[in-house]
Amino acid sequence: MAATPGSEARAGLKLISPTAIYVILLLAVPLATVLIYSVMTGGRGNVSLPLTIENYTELASKSVYGYILLKSLLVALTVTAITVLLAYPVAYFVSFHVKPERKSLWLFLITIPFWTSYIIRVSLWFVILGYGGIVDSALASIGLPPLNIASYSILSIIIVLAHAYAPFAVLPIFVSLEKVDRSLLEAGQDLGESRWVTFLRVTLPLSMPGVIAAALIVFIPTVGDYVTPELVGDGKEPMIANLIETQLLKLQNFPQGSAFAVVSMLMVGIVSVVFVLWNRRYIGGSK
Amino acid sequence: MKAPYLRAFTLFYLLFLYSPILLLPIFAFNDGRVVAFPLQGFTTAWFAEMFADQNLRIAAKNSLVIALSVATLSTVLGIFAARASVRYRFPGKAPLMGLIMLPLVLPEMIVAMALLVVLLSMGIPLSLFTVIVGQVLICTPFAVAILTSAFQSLDRSLEEAALDLGETPWSTFRLIVLPLVMPGIMASFLICFTISFDEFIIANFLGSGQPILSVYIFGQFRFPAKVPSMLALGTVLVCFSIILLGFAEYMRRRGIAKAGGKDSGGFL
Repeated sequence: MAATPGSEARAGLKLISPTAIYVILLLAVPLATVLIYSVMTGGRGNVSLPLTIENYTELASKSVYGYILLKSLLVALTVTAITVLLAYPVAYFVSFHVKPERKSLWLFLITIPFWTSYIIRVSLWFVILGYGGIVDSALASIGLPPLNIASYSILSIIIVLAHAYAPFAVLPIFVSLEKVDRSLLEAGQDLGESRWVTFLRVTLPLSMPGVIAAALIVFIPTVGDYVTPELVGDGKEPMIANLIETQLLKLQNFPQGSAFAVVSMLMVGIVSVVFVLWNRRYIGGSK
Repeated sequence: MKAPYLRAFTLFYLLFLYSPILLLPIFAFNDGRVVAFPLQGFTTAWFAEMFADQNLRIAAKNSLVIALSVATLSTVLGIFAARASVRYRFPGKAPLMGLIMLPLVLPEMIVAMALLVVLLSMGIPLSLFTVIVGQVLICTPFAVAILTSAFQSLDRSLEEAALDLGETPWSTFRLIVLPLVMPGIMASFLICFTISFDEFIIANFLGSGQPILSVYIFGQFRFPAKVPSMLALGTVLVCFSIILLGFAEYMRRRGIAKAGGKDSGGFL
């Protein structure tokens, strides 16, 4: 097929058009609407002119918004750190110590829990950690006092989220470890470095792109999680998504809710860009 | 295999991952309304209660309709996007593909709320249909990711040969390309089905209280008396998704074997 650049471009655009039109109408337009609403004057359930930045000054002036943003950020970063630290040795084990033909079986085992009903898993934690629940009753049966972990809302939110998004972290780290040239490791050890030093100086830097990708993949859904704070945290410790719901649906304050959504999107965006830039350093360094 | 510590750690990690799922059947068959130790004895009463629940049946039917529609639509949209991005170079490709994949890096709540605000402003009533529309946005990136690797492993000379032998572009696609990427299409369909069936945020906010399985489960867990029958339901769902996933994994491997590639790991 002797395609000229022009006809190739036309064919490509024609082919992608159904999907492109769908996402433009149903994703780009709604996101733009949120952006516009966030600078409009609002009442209950409607928006009107004039344009204003009041919604943003309101966000800045009330400390509860900043508190929820900061809390969500800290919870998500803690969960991300725990998840990645726990996932690294697992990915390392599968990549370096499992026979090649068994690797996909191990990965399959690790991913199964992720694909089983998220809502059931989170709700189960509610039963596991709750007052008089599975943990407490198990402790009682061996004569220990109850922990009642669920009463520590933030702690239980962190436990549940770290569990829910764990498999997300293993896969990217595994993929980057698989790419590490094994002969480099032999070279390091031939030149007299210990296995630990070889790991720190060769394997770890080479696998950093996977680590950062894993961090990003865990961070984004965690920071926007709705179900866990609502159910496990008993709604006492709302995070970003819960506040957006309150603003947009319960109070029907579209402009204020939109402004908060825009600010949280910006925050997620900034953290993601930091991760990506950090990643670039390693990709640049390894080539 | 060396590294006993790493091995022990990995097994411990798997135990942590699986612990809620392992507890599910234990308490689903436990003869006690309170979900706590010590176990009370064996019963199938919770399964009977679950099957007798009329609302649950409606919710399950709605979820099934939604998941089948979402899986079909997302996979079709995924085929268009993946094929176009693998096969052609065209202006605006990077931003368009970026927009299509955007829901992967956007908190789901934002996608749901943005869509909801527009629907409410336009006065469109919320229904199962609006849930489908929203979930397709979430599932399409997964479909595109799976299908892109399926199209990439395709040998282009096969298509060229078919065209040279006088097939039209469409019949080439139908006779050569489609059968070769079929395993990828099946995998994409199954993954999208699973994601949609499980999805909560869009089902909750764009469904306006319609009985949908994930929303129904979320509501029922607030009533302690309902928890055991929800655990029975969970057990059924877990078995169901393990079967589906096993099938999806089988299709994926067959696809890789068909295209003559080497297996490089799990999903995504």
